[in-house]
Order: sequence, then structure tokens, then C-alpha cells
Amino acid sequence: MTRKLLLTHIDVPGIESFDIYRQKGGYRSVEKALKTMSPEDVVEEVKKSGLRGRGGAGFPTGMKWGFLAKPEGVPRYLVCNGDESEPGTFKDRFLMTKIPHALIEGMIVSSYALGAEVSYIYVRGEMMPQIRILEKAIAEAKAAGFLGKNILNSGYDLEIYIQPGGGAYICGEETALLESLEGKRGNPRIKPPFPAVSGLYGCPTVVNNVESIAATVPIINDGGEEYAKIGIDRSTGTKLISASGNINRPGVYEIELGVSVEEFIYSEEYCGGIAGGKRLKALVAGGSSVPVLPANLALKTAKGELRLMTYESLADGGFVTGSSMGSGGFIVYDEDQCIVRNTLNFTRFYHHESCGQCSPCREGTGWMEKLLQRIEYGGANMADINLLWDIQKNIDGNTICPLGDASAWPVASAIRHFRDEFEWHILNPEESQNRNFGLAHYADPLVPVS
Amino acid sequence: MAEEGKFKVTIDGIPVEVAPGTTILNAARLIGGDIVPPAMCYYSKLEGSGGKCRTCLVKVSKGSEKDPRPMPKLVASCRTTVMDGMEVSNITSDEVLEARKGVVEMLLINHPLDCPVCDQAGECKLQDLSYEHGTEQTRFAFERRTFERVDIGDKIQLHMNRCILCYRCVYVADQLTTKREHGVLSRGDYSEIATFIEAALDNDFIGNVIDVCPVGALTDKTFRFKNRVWFTKPVDAHRDCPTCSGNVTLWYKGDDVLRVTGRKDEYNEVDEFICNTCRFDTKRTQDWILEAPTKVDNESVITANHYLNFNPPPVIKNSSELQAANEEQLARTERLK
Repeated sequence: MTRKLLLTHIDVPGIESFDIYRQKGGYRSVEKALKTMSPEDVVEEVKKSGLRGRGGAGFPTGMKWGFLAKPEGVPRYLVCNGDESEPGTFKDRFLMTKIPHALIEGMIVSSYALGAEVSYIYVRGEMMPQIRILEKAIAEAKAAGFLGKNILNSGYDLEIYIQPGGGAYICGEETALLESLEGKRGNPRIKPPFPAVSGLYGCPTVVNNVESIAATVPIINDGGEEYAKIGIDRSTGTKLISASGNINRPGVYEIELGVSVEEFIYSEEYCGGIAGGKRLKALVAGGSSVPVLPANLALKTAKGELRLMTYESLADGGFVTGSSMGSGGFIVYDEDQCIVRNTLNFTRFYHHESCGQCSPCREGTGWMEKLLQRIEYGGANMADINLLWDIQKNIDGNTICPLGDASAWPVASAIRHFRDEFEWHILNPEESQNRNFGLAHYADPLVPVS
Repeated sequence: MAEEGKFKVTIDGIPVEVAPGTTILNAARLIGGDIVPPAMCYYSKLEGSGGKCRTCLVKVSKGSEKDPRPMPKLVASCRTTVMDGMEVSNITSDEVLEARKGVVEMLLINHPLDCPVCDQAGECKLQDLSYEHGTEQTRFAFERRTFERVDIGDKIQLHMNRCILCYRCVYVADQLTTKREHGVLSRGDYSEIATFIEAALDNDFIGNVIDVCPVGALTDKTFRFKNRVWFTKPVDAHRDCPTCSGNVTLWYKGDDVLRVTGRKDEYNEVDEFICNTCRFDTKRTQDWILEAPTKVDNESVITANHYLNFNPPPVIKNSSELQAANEEQLARTERLK
């Protein structure tokens, strides 16, 4: 049985209320941090833990905190990024719904570490129930003396505010989030300066994912070194994975980093195998933005090693034969799914969500969608595949923010690994309307692990 | 080692010393010539502009003397500041030229390419950019995005089809006027410059949005369809204006002033912003004190026509002072006859 750190008490009835959460040992980390540790100690523990940002980029959280500029007389801010909108990712919503105090507790500890006296939780606008839940949690924590002036007589003051977003995916990009939080149009800023130097209202700011902030709680409770013992190599701790697609048991799972992809898909503890006993065709391991992998490369790396759920193993082989941990949006495709249609679906999303600030992303995402539509519904020719490849290449790396890259990678990987399926679509426009291409010829028919 | 307090940066092999905080683009402009990256959205007089069009992408092959690692991606030269010892490749890098070609293609896929009927033709930065970096044929085989033409204010027309969303006009309204009435609505490729429910732009300095627009999206209604710019002759002039500096360029056709604009430098940026009265309502020669013909780049289509045969307006003929100021130009005209 895997060790759970975030979802330990997830099944306890009433865990969303302060009293039950406190009975189960909640807010111990706040007591420990504020009474026995200096802010620098907290940062040091997080550095020791090796925790990496859970929002997608996987940047070490402790290092990010270490970059925060600390000029005299200027406030510092912690902003929690709850604008979870990546297709395939729903772990933060789960956490905020079921166990909101874990986030509030993490916010207090993290704010204390950074010296922030005002912190914000920016929650996606569609998540109104979660916003209500968090507001209630904040009120309860405040009533119990864990928020407000002079918390636990430590002399430390903290207020946490919730800000609903307007429902734009781009506002999950940290600088666009800050713009939106300031009340402006959510256009990503041009970096540098980075938020650690000039963020919210021009002040030093740290933006962290919901899960990263919640993960500071077990780190402070048990110590960074203890946390770092879980996982493999530089992928430490546990990670929430939102599993969806053609699997028997979709849902949010907390895994110890280092579980193999094969075990995660086929074991009864997690996804429980492919639904209907079908075969695995493809896998998106970390949300729609990461490259899609065909079954053979999903389960084993190009070197023939077992693919593990770690930052390093999933990225093994670069973008040619690897993918990325991303935000943990684990989407499984069985043999009956159409990769062209799926790529069209993702591209439509990026087209819809592009902010329109910089030209390659604004124009390129729309163009890719139009081409994919033509490939999916007929009227395309073979040159369109190369054109699609060129467009994604012209977007990738040339945009202000990572949304451009994120729109290019799924297209690039789909063409790279499933080119024959694209060609089949173009050559058989009518047949492709009625049936799907089926398993890629190199997809491995694997037996489930026992 | 660079001079005290200066950074040494090498662009396409040409070294230049600049003050810390200078952007790569401005350092390149100090060198001048072919190695200057094109800039469609950056405007040195507008704070915060730049970084959006991505045409000025360059490769930083050496980060600095201290940290010689190259930057992993191409960077927008207009928003990246130099470091001491930085080495930058622009036209010497195939990667940059390839990326720039890609960006130009993106900028053009939804552009109407209606240059034959566009007032901006001849002084359009997008035209220049496409000639230099574009491909001859488009690979875009879909219907282009279209918008209705809108009059925003009684003197300015917005032709959104042509817009490349450089945001310059938004910055102008933010930084020159007290209240911005227009902005960017919607997102992605549905984004458009628009006013709030057809509000009119009404401000003493709002005419400058026409000057800063790199394409023909914002045009001067008092000049619309009056003439092609290459048939008009720009003459620098000034007047005593209570609102602005009064330093302008008058665009003559025969003896008539067809339009008034700010004075633009070689990067198409105005030296000083001018007021609406100068721009729209002061179009008689006697309102102005003429200085000299505007210096126009030899490669510009504006010089390619009649401009070399400078035909001095009557005002110049009648004033010995103005004749002295225009000596060189008049002599050239004489020679060409």
C-alpha cells in the first residue's frame, strides 16, 4: 500500500471542517513552524525535501522560494495558483473540495516562510463551489486563531484572500495570473523580470500550485529529509495523479513517485486496467500539454527500461521518445480511440484559450485547428501533415509564454508517433468517418501485470 | 574590457558598447544597418511596448562574460537587456531567419493583403517586413478573419482586418491621454481593438494612434483615399502650437497639404507626438513655417517617384531664409534637370 501524505484522511467524514481536520492532526505544521522554526528554517526544510512544483514545470519549490527578492519596506506576496484548467487535470479541484484545510494550512506555513503578510488563492472562475468551501475554511481557521493578527502569539500576521478568475486557461500562467489578480486583462508578462523580483503590484511574489503548497504540510511535520526518502532520485515525495480516459477506475490517486506506468495503469490499486479488456494505444502522461506517447513508449523508454512515474523517467528520451510529468493529468487511450480527433480536440482548446498577445500563438493555433479539422473531416492532402509540422515548429519556443509550446507539443508528438494514422485519415476520408484507425502497428499488446 | 560602466555586446560580430539596461534591439540600432532586427510592436517612446510580434527574435549565443552559456530559446531583442560580453546573432543565424520567416507567415495569414487599396501602402512596416522575410506564396488555404470597418471618432477609421495587434495604440492612449477609451477585446485570434460599445475616441492627442500604427489598421479620415503616399512630398515644418511641440511633417501634393503627421525617424517612430489640431485641422501652408524636405530613406518608395525632383512650394520660392535652408535639395533638383 502506498504511503499517503496529502490524502491520508480523505475518507474521514467531515474532514472538510476545521474541527475534524484539527482532530486528525491538522495545523500541527503551523504550530511547529511558527513556534519552533524561523522562516529560513522552513525554506531550508522545503529545499531539503526536494519538492518540485506540482503545477507542470517541475521547478524545485525550495529553490524558487530562495530566489525571492527581499528588499526592505516592500511587501512580499504568496499567490496560490488554483486556476487548474489543463484538460485531463483535476487534482487541485479534488484537493480543494475534499480537504480545503490542507491548502490553508500549507498557505500559512508557506507565507510564513516567505514573510508574506497577505496571500492570495486565485481559483478558476468555474470552481464556484470550491471557492465557497475555501472561504468557509478560511473563516474557520481565522476563528481558531490560525489567521489574522498575531497568529498563535508568534507576532506573525497573515490574511488570505480568495480571488475567482474569469475562466481563462491562460490565467494559470503565473504572470497572466498576476495581471488578472491586479484586475487587468490576463496577458502573460514578458520575462524577465520574474515574479520573484517584480510580481504582484510590482512586489516580489512567489506563485505556487495548490498541491505544492499543500505538500509543505507533511514536509514541515515530518521534516524535509523524511519527505525526500519517498520517491526516486530527484523526484521526491508523493504526487496526485488525475487519471482519466479508458480505464476501469478513473479518479485522483496519490502515488509515491517511482511507481511504474505499467503498474499505475494495470494494478487494481490504481487505474485497474484498460476498460473493457481492450489494449492500450496511447498515453498522455501529464495533461494535454505534454507529448502523447504510443503504448510501447509509454510503458518502456526507448532504452528498454521500465517507464516510471518520475519527472526523469517520463522525460527520458526528450521529446523524441519521451514526454513529461506535467501536472499529472494522466489520460489513457484504448485501441478504439482516434489520435487525429484527440489532437484536434486539444488544438481547439489551445486555439480557444490563446490570449492573442503574440503572433505565432495567436495565428498558429487557429491555423493548426483548421488544418486538423480538414484532416479529421476530409478535404486534406498529404502536404497538410508537413505544413502542420512546420506550423508547430514555428510556434514552439517563439512565444511569450508556454501556452504556445503547449499547443505545439501534442501536435508534434502526434505526428511523430502516429503519422500513419494521419495519412490513413487523408487517404480514406470516408472510411475514417465511420471507423477508427485502431491500434498503431507498433503498439505493444501487453498482458496486465498481476 | 568595456569602458567603465558600459557593457560590451557583439551583434553579428560587430562590437558595440552600451549603457547597462539597454536592450539588444537598441544596441543594434546604435550599430545600424542590416543587423538591426525588425520591430513591429516595439516603440521606443512607449513604455512597456514590445515583445509581442516576435519579429525581432535573435539568438543569444553567449549570455555574458560571467555566464557564457547561450540562452536556450530565441529571445525578443526589444525586451532583452544586454549583459557584458553578450554575443548575439541576428542575420548570421539561420535559426533566427527561419523563425522570423515563420512569424511573418503567421502575421500574414489573416492579413487581407489589400495593399492596392490601403492608405498605408508605401510606408507600411508589414509590407517591408514581408518583402524582406516573407515567402512568395501563402500556405494558408482558409477563409481569412474579417471585421467590419469602424469609425472610432470622427477623424480615425479602424480597419481591424489589417491589424497585427501590436498594442501600440493602446499604449498611446494609456500614456498620452488621460482616459483610454479603446483596448483589446476577446482573446486569441478573435482579439480585436475596439472601443466600449462604439464609444468615440475623443482626446487632443488620440490622433497619434495613426502614427504609431505599423500597418493600415488606423487611418486618418482626413487623408483617406486622397492620394498614394509616394505621390506626396513630405516637408518638415513647425508652428507655434499651444498644445504640442508643433514639429510635424507636411505631406504635399502640388501646393496642397494633404496630411500632417509627426516626424518619423528611420525606424518609423515619431520624434514627438503631435496634437489633433496640428494633425487634422491645420492644413494650409500659411499656418506653417516650412523647414526643409524630410529626409527619406533612399530605398523607400516615397523617394522612388517624383521626390528627387523637389518642386519647392511657393512659400520657399518667396523666402530667402527657406531657400537657404533648402539649398542642398534645390541644388540637387537643379542638377537633375
